[in-house]
Amino acid sequence: MATRTPSVELLWWEGCPSTDEALAMLREEMDALGLDPESIGVREVSTDADAQREQFVGSPTIRIDGRDVQPVPDEPIGLSCRVYRLADGRISPLPDRQEVRQTLMEAMKGGDD
Amino acid sequence: MAHATATKVGGLAPALELPDTNGTVHTLPMPGEAPATAVVWTCNHCPYALGWHDRIVQAARDYEERGVRFLAVNSNDAERYPGDSLDAMRERVEAESWPFPYLHDESQAAAREWAAQVTPHVYVLDADLRVRYEGAPDADHMDPGQEAAWLREALDAVLAGGDPPRPATDPVGCSIKWKP
Repeated sequence: MATRTPSVELLWWEGCPSTDEALAMLREEMDALGLDPESIGVREVSTDADAQREQFVGSPTIRIDGRDVQPVPDEPIGLSCRVYRLADGRISPLPDRQEVRQTLMEAMKGGDD
Repeated sequence: MAHATATKVGGLAPALELPDTNGTVHTLPMPGEAPATAVVWTCNHCPYALGWHDRIVQAARDYEERGVRFLAVNSNDAERYPGDSLDAMRERVEAESWPFPYLHDESQAAAREWAAQVTPHVYVLDADLRVRYEGAPDADHMDPGQEAAWLREALDAVLAGGDPPRPATDPVGCSIKWKP
């Protein structure tokens, strides 16, 4: 089956300690799917202006082909730490690993539509 | 009682005088005595603070009958982070029936004096308001089974008149949102 290589971005802010863990998880998932982990676009968001420009709703934000792995349309834009909800209901500074994998797989297939 | 100007384990805690979500002012030192006091910097919108919150609440309930006083403090800049406004704090306390006051450090002076860095940042004080533990509630914000073990360990030691076996750990959480 033909697959495409998605564009993967990780946006981070220094006020949250979860960046390294998020990047490690993302790299592992990409590697497991045969994608190049070194292709991740890692970008620091350091000012309110950056946050506005990036529509940044907190750190870490992972976008795959521009799609947030856990979209939060009502979340205010700004320099903050993301609050993710895991499938088991726990609050987490990171998205579910399964959610990341699923979004990557859908992007590799060319989207979910 | 004299107070230090920065918080260090073994030193006296800085004085505290802050209103809670109903406007009642809480102080350290306070009238009356508490054999131990836990002061926890926290906030409304941080995955670490939220992840640990229920464990801290349960610790407060468990140690209440032993006279331990718990105070939560929010110092985040509410202008840039409306989720940490006084109204939002009040809504949360009422919705979740907090067993301790949630203090509003609007000027951020208390956070600076205490050198609080992140949310959550836990301090355990003895009856003389000397800092006996500073750091995280326990080893893993993602594991409810940890049950705020480091906080409890410090409280148990102080209540027993001894030294916490682990007087300091690295606080883990979201940086306090300072005003520009």
